[in-house]
Amino acid sequence: MVKTIIEKVWDRHVVTEEEGKPDLLYIDLHLLHEVTSPQAFEGLRLAGRQVRRPERCYATMDHNVPTRNIETVSDPTAQKQMTTLEKNCEEFGIELAHMTHPDQGIVHIIGPELGLTQPGRTIVCGDSHTSTHGAFGAIAFGIGTSEVEHVLSTQTLWQRRPKTMEVKISGELGAGVTAKDVILAVIAKFGIDVGTGHIIEFTGEAIRNLSMEERMTICNMSIEAGAKAGLISPDETTVEYLRGRRHVPEGAAFETAAAEWLALATDEGAAYDTTLNLDAADIEPFVTWGTNPAMGTGISGHVPYSSDYASSSDKEALKKAIAYMGLEEGMPLSDISIQHVFIGSCTNARLSDLRAAAAIVEGQHVHPTVTAIVVPGSRSVKRLAEQEGLDEVFIAAGFEWRESGCSMCLAMNDDVVPAGERCASTSNRNFEGRQGTGARTHLVSPAMAAAAAIAGRFTDIRKVPVLQD
Amino acid sequence: MEPINVVTSLMTPLDRKNVDTDQIISKEFLKRIERTGFGKYLFYHWRFDSEGNANTEFILNDARFESSQILVADENFGCGSSREHAPWAILDYGFRVVIAPGFADIFYNNCFKNGILPIRLAQSEINSLLADGQKTPIELTVNLEHQTVTRIDTEDILSFDIDPYSRQMLLNGWDEISLTFQYEDKITAYEERMAR
Repeated sequence: MVKTIIEKVWDRHVVTEEEGKPDLLYIDLHLLHEVTSPQAFEGLRLAGRQVRRPERCYATMDHNVPTRNIETVSDPTAQKQMTTLEKNCEEFGIELAHMTHPDQGIVHIIGPELGLTQPGRTIVCGDSHTSTHGAFGAIAFGIGTSEVEHVLSTQTLWQRRPKTMEVKISGELGAGVTAKDVILAVIAKFGIDVGTGHIIEFTGEAIRNLSMEERMTICNMSIEAGAKAGLISPDETTVEYLRGRRHVPEGAAFETAAAEWLALATDEGAAYDTTLNLDAADIEPFVTWGTNPAMGTGISGHVPYSSDYASSSDKEALKKAIAYMGLEEGMPLSDISIQHVFIGSCTNARLSDLRAAAAIVEGQHVHPTVTAIVVPGSRSVKRLAEQEGLDEVFIAAGFEWRESGCSMCLAMNDDVVPAGERCASTSNRNFEGRQGTGARTHLVSPAMAAAAAIAGRFTDIRKVPVLQD
Repeated sequence: MEPINVVTSLMTPLDRKNVDTDQIISKEFLKRIERTGFGKYLFYHWRFDSEGNANTEFILNDARFESSQILVADENFGCGSSREHAPWAILDYGFRVVIAPGFADIFYNNCFKNGILPIRLAQSEINSLLADGQKTPIELTVNLEHQTVTRIDTEDILSFDIDPYSRQMLLNGWDEISLTFQYEDKITAYEERMAR
C-alpha cells in the first residue's frame, strides 16, 4: 500500500492503539529549554517519578539568555529559571548546553546542527516552533508543559492521528524570493488556521530545490498556518546535510541509515486528505502589515482596504490590526519606515540567512534612524559566520553583532522594541506586543530586513541597486 | 486535576478571532517557575494600559462578568505559542470552560491536562452567543456528560462533540501519566522491538 511519509513515520511510532483512544506514540527525541520545563520537572519530583530515557533528552538555554553580556543576567527571575534548568538536568541526568556552552543556541537550530534531528524520528519540545525539525522528514511538534512531563516520565504521548495535507509549490522561485517569502505567502493565501488538525507535507519543485536551512525556515512556520507539524520528505540534500554531524552514525552505518531515510519519502500516488497548490512564480518578497502572520502581502502591494473584505468581523480585524500597527488602509508597503531591524530567531538565524543579509549590507550603512542587530541562532552559527568575516561586514555597516539566543523574537530578555516603534524582523510572529509592549512587528526575509535597515523603510530587494544611488 | 462535569455561569463574550497565546499570557510573565498565580496576568495588555489602569472597554473589566466561569470567543482561539501558561492563566482567573468555533491544536490539548473544557460550537451558534451576550449577559449551563450547552434565556440546547478519551479524563480528573504507566509493558516491548 502506498503511503505518505506522515503515515510511515506515525505508524512506526505507535506503541498501542485502542478503540476510542488516541494512539500512544513513542517519542524519539525530547528537546528542552528553560521556560516550559521547570513545572514539568517539579511535577516529576512531587510524584516521585524518574526520567524514563534521559539519553533521549537534550536541553539548552535560549529564550531568556542575554545577547550582549552572557555572563550577567539582569533579571533575577530569568536567572532563577536558568539555574533551575541546570539543577534539573543534573538531577535527572540530562545533557545540557548551558548559557556559555559552545553548543548553546536556539533549540531548533542546535538540534539539526548536532545531528540530533534525523529523518523518521518523532521529536517534541515545549515550544511551538518544534515543527522546524520536520525539514528532515521527522514528525516534530510543540507540546505544553504537562506533555513535557508526560514525555519525561513515559517517553510517549497520547496523540490523535492527524489528517494529512500536501502544500505543493510548483515551478521555480524568482530572484530575491526566499523560503521565508514562500511560507509567508502560503499562510497569507490559505490562512492562519488552514493546517489545524493536520500535518503538512511541503512538496513540489520549488521545495526540492531548497537547501536544508531554507527547508527549516518553511517547516518552522507551519505552526503559523495552524498545522500540528510540517515536514519535507528526505532526499540527497537531507542526507548530505547530515553526513558527518556529531550524533549521526558513521561509515557503513551512515549509508544504511541514509538508505532507510530515503525510503521514508512519500510513495508515488499516495493520497492526502487535502492538497493546496501555489505557483512559485506568483510569490514575491513578502512583508506583513498586521498582527498575525497571515496579514501580509508582496512588497509591491499595499495595506488592504476594508472594502477588500466581505465579512464585518474581517473588516473589524483589519481595523484593529492597522490601528495597533499605526498604518492606514491602502498604504504602499514601500512607504513604511522602520526604526529597528532584527536578524535572528529559529526561523532565520542560520549561516545562510546571515550570508544573505550580509550580501545586501556589505559596503553600505544602516540608515541613521535605524537600530539594527544580528543575533546568530547558535554559538556554532556565530563561530562559522566570524570565520567568514560576516561579523565585520555587519559591524562595518552599523549593525550590532550579538550572542546567540531567541532574543527579540519574543523579547523575554533585554532585547525589546519600544512601544510605538516599528521593527523589520526575520522572526515568525507579529502578534501584538510580541517584541515588546506596543511594539510593531513586520515579518520579512533576512535579505528584506537587511535592505530595510539600509533604506530605513521597506524596499524591494529585487531592485536593490537603487540603494546605491 | 479537578474533575469537571456541570458548570452554570454567565458567559464572558470575547468577540475576537485568532486570539493568540501571547495575548492570553504575555512573555514577561513566563519567567516564573510555578504553575499557579497566572490569573492576574490573563490578557494583561488588553486589561490594563501602560500605567496599569484598567481598560474599561475590555470585556473582562466589565463587573457583570466578574465571577464568570465560561469564556466564549471567535475562531482559532489559542493560536501561536505552546505556552501552557495560557490555560494556567485562564484557569487561575476562574474560567473552567472555553467555547469557540475552533481552537489551535496545542492550546486545545493543553486544556485537557488542566481540567479546562474546550467546546467547539458551530460558527452560527457562536455568532449568536457573542452578539446576544454583548447586549445582555447570558447564563449558560454546560454539561460534559450530556455534551450540551444550554442557554438559560432561550432554553436552546446546543450539543457538542468531544472525543471519548478526553471527555473521560475531564469527567474523572485523571492524571494521564498514572494511566500511561499501566502501559509500561507495551512501552518496554516497543523499545526492545526498535532496538533490534
